[in-house]
Amino acid sequence: MTRDTLRRDTLRRGISAVFVAACGASVLIALVPLAFILFYVIREGVQALNLELFTHMPKPAGEAGGGMRNAFVGTLILTGLGSLFAVPIGVLSGVYMSEYRGTRLAIAVRFAADTLNGVPSIVIGIFAYGIAVLPFRHFSALAGGIALGIMMIPIVARTTEELLLLVPGAMREGALALGATRARAVFSVIVPAALPGIVTGVVLALARIAGETAPLLFTSFNNQFFSTNLGQPIASTTVQIWTYAMSAFEDWHRQAWAASLVLVMFVFVCSLAARFVTARVQRLRG
Amino acid sequence: MRRELGFRVGIGAFAVLLLILVAAIGVELTRQSWLSIKEFGFQFWLTRTWDPVAGEFGALPFIWGTLYSSILALVISTPIALGIAVFISELCPARLRGPLTFLTELLAAIPSIVYGLWGIFVLAPAVRALETATPEFLRALPLFEGPPLGNGMLAAGLILAVMVIPFTSSVAREVLKTVPAAQREAAYALGATRFEAIRAAIFFARTGIIGAVMLGFGRALGETMAVTMVIGNNPQVSLSLFAPQYTMAAVIANEFTEATGDLYLHALTEIGLVLFIITLVVNIASRALIWAMGRPVKARPVAVAAKAAA
Amino acid sequence: MPVVKPPTPPVPTVTRQQRPVETTPGPVKIDVQAMNFYYGAKRALEDISLHIYPNVVTAFIGPSGCGKSTFIRTLNRMNDVIPGTRVEGKVLIENADIYASGVDVVKLRRRVGMVFQKSNPFPKSIFENVAYGLRINRMATTRSELAGRVEESLKQAALWTEVKDRLQESALSLSGGQQQRLCIARALAIEPDILLMDEPASALDPIATQRIEELVYHLKKLYTVVIVTHNMQQAARVSDFTAFFWLGRLVEYDRTDKIFTAPSEKLTEDYITGRFG
Repeated sequence: MTRDTLRRDTLRRGISAVFVAACGASVLIALVPLAFILFYVIREGVQALNLELFTHMPKPAGEAGGGMRNAFVGTLILTGLGSLFAVPIGVLSGVYMSEYRGTRLAIAVRFAADTLNGVPSIVIGIFAYGIAVLPFRHFSALAGGIALGIMMIPIVARTTEELLLLVPGAMREGALALGATRARAVFSVIVPAALPGIVTGVVLALARIAGETAPLLFTSFNNQFFSTNLGQPIASTTVQIWTYAMSAFEDWHRQAWAASLVLVMFVFVCSLAARFVTARVQRLRG
Repeated sequence: MRRELGFRVGIGAFAVLLLILVAAIGVELTRQSWLSIKEFGFQFWLTRTWDPVAGEFGALPFIWGTLYSSILALVISTPIALGIAVFISELCPARLRGPLTFLTELLAAIPSIVYGLWGIFVLAPAVRALETATPEFLRALPLFEGPPLGNGMLAAGLILAVMVIPFTSSVAREVLKTVPAAQREAAYALGATRFEAIRAAIFFARTGIIGAVMLGFGRALGETMAVTMVIGNNPQVSLSLFAPQYTMAAVIANEFTEATGDLYLHALTEIGLVLFIITLVVNIASRALIWAMGRPVKARPVAVAAKAAA
Repeated sequence: MPVVKPPTPPVPTVTRQQRPVETTPGPVKIDVQAMNFYYGAKRALEDISLHIYPNVVTAFIGPSGCGKSTFIRTLNRMNDVIPGTRVEGKVLIENADIYASGVDVVKLRRRVGMVFQKSNPFPKSIFENVAYGLRINRMATTRSELAGRVEESLKQAALWTEVKDRLQESALSLSGGQQQRLCIARALAIEPDILLMDEPASALDPIATQRIEELVYHLKKLYTVVIVTHNMQQAARVSDFTAFFWLGRLVEYDRTDKIFTAPSEKLTEDYITGRFG
């Protein structure tokens, strides 16, 4: 080995080391904004986080105090509505895509689901406006629920499909050999076997749409009063944060941070729960 | 068999709903923007002035703003996202993998409005400080001209970059996972350094990685809330990073409920329609790339035999 | 371990021809006539004809890939779930062709039960696994009737004493051999006439295997058992009739003791003596 080959070696090794360091650095760089955001949300949010936020209605502009009760309840109603639409359609589409895997319809539906996933949320808002607000000439919680539901469908469908495919084929054959019809085999054996994962998928989809603002801006709009009427506009956490953030009032800014903290905590809990369930299912399967 | 047909049709009906939904979105958006399409035609997209009060509808600033902010986000986020993807899938110790993945997922899960809130009160002031500190000689360049407001293209690009990073990196990680171990092993067996072996894997996965980057681009194109809270919302076409500008999604979010008159509403919807089409094209292209990469892996004999018989 | 052979029932002697074996008493349970089976364009079974008799154990033997598993799955139309497969010929079960149009496959599978090579209990409790077939076929109207039938099946499968105190536990908590016996109980619960077993013990240790073999021997009193096995000694131990398959064709079919002591075909003799496969 001459000195030349050794020297080239160090250069290559050097490049490699720099590369590895760069990759590690990029991880740190990405974590910086995460830390920043979490830090600010927690610091600013905690100050205004109190029971009043959940129990009181908003005070008129400029007055201190008040809460976001109508907004939190509104988010619950909207996500509930969304799930009502999305879970049946999403799960059954997922069942079709996994049971009739190679057929043209399944391929087309998978393509449609992926496409729908990529549609900007504001566009979905316009669509929901067209079909659920224009015909009735006013904003409503129902329209907002439809918009959110449309966003949930592809997530639930793809998760369901992937999980059903993981269930071993021997299970289906076992059910069929006992004289089950295909429908029976799917719904009494295969879907229950995949259920923890499907539920996890729904929870994650819920976490995602609970944080959506754009599709609600012109469907459920906003409501300064407390309302559970599905045919009327309804407040929501995200739209409320938006309204408060764009306002000029300090107190409203603080409430916006607090509501953001609630949202982030909700998302955090859902993500953790999803991971926990997935890990537990994997351990059971061994 | 009749029973099975009933099941298949019953379930299939729900699946078909998805197809109908996608088509319906396209149809509905076209219907609701018809007035604007008829009235302005293609000139809509070449006109610079957006002044609805005066009746002038020009959508060029929005296309400009959307593309500029998204490309800027792409330029900033891609190296970082790929670095993360490589680090998590190739370099990091096994026990770190789970927590790091979880953290990137968390970054992706933070709602857009929270990013926006942070953008208004933390990022924009920081960007303003940065802009104010820019040396004079740079300020002369068109890229940096204009008053340092904080809210502007730079802030929008930065916040979009942060939002896109976890997305791109997770898709890139999935793509890297499909690279057969044999590729890297072959490289190591020939005496490659870590960098060179990983480079071989990346080369193998290059179509898929481009697909991942494009998917991130598609995501940036459609982002609404975080962008509108920091971009300044000014319909002007400007090369400057400091200038407040406007994106397609942002103008819809801000002006849709305020729109007076059908033409105004239809103009906004037309902007939404074009946004829909652009993201559709980008998404389809990127998925095609990713699919093309993962293809030559499995072959199922019965399916082959069945096809031969058909 | 010495080969333990159960005593063969007395029967008139058989002539040299192997298909079909004509001079045995009792109606033919399954009559297969000139079956050809295709995976797409590839023919996997060629011109198979044989008779299967009631209340005996019939074994299918042969090297891997000879078609014995494919063949046993045609008897309950299990191959229908694989796309691209085609059957020519007839399979008459008690004189009714199961491949005729209009045949209800679901009802067929109630009468012809199947146990698989790798046990596949459902991720439910032990009780629910056995009750599954009873529920979907509506074979028990009251809770106590259901419980009674479950107990009966588990006893038939020689599993009752081991699980009677933990019926609500997950079936996946049982050992491999117990899971397989559970699957047998599950199949027996719906009272089939015929029980098809596709290499039921191949994934089990010797002791569990022995228990399955004892079980099979007792089951034939109530059921017609057809068993696929790659283990010749197992076939010799457990069955009354044996069919030897090779490359998709039925080479020889006769009483087990005849196949294993004085086979008519050279190919059979070569396989039995271990010259190939």
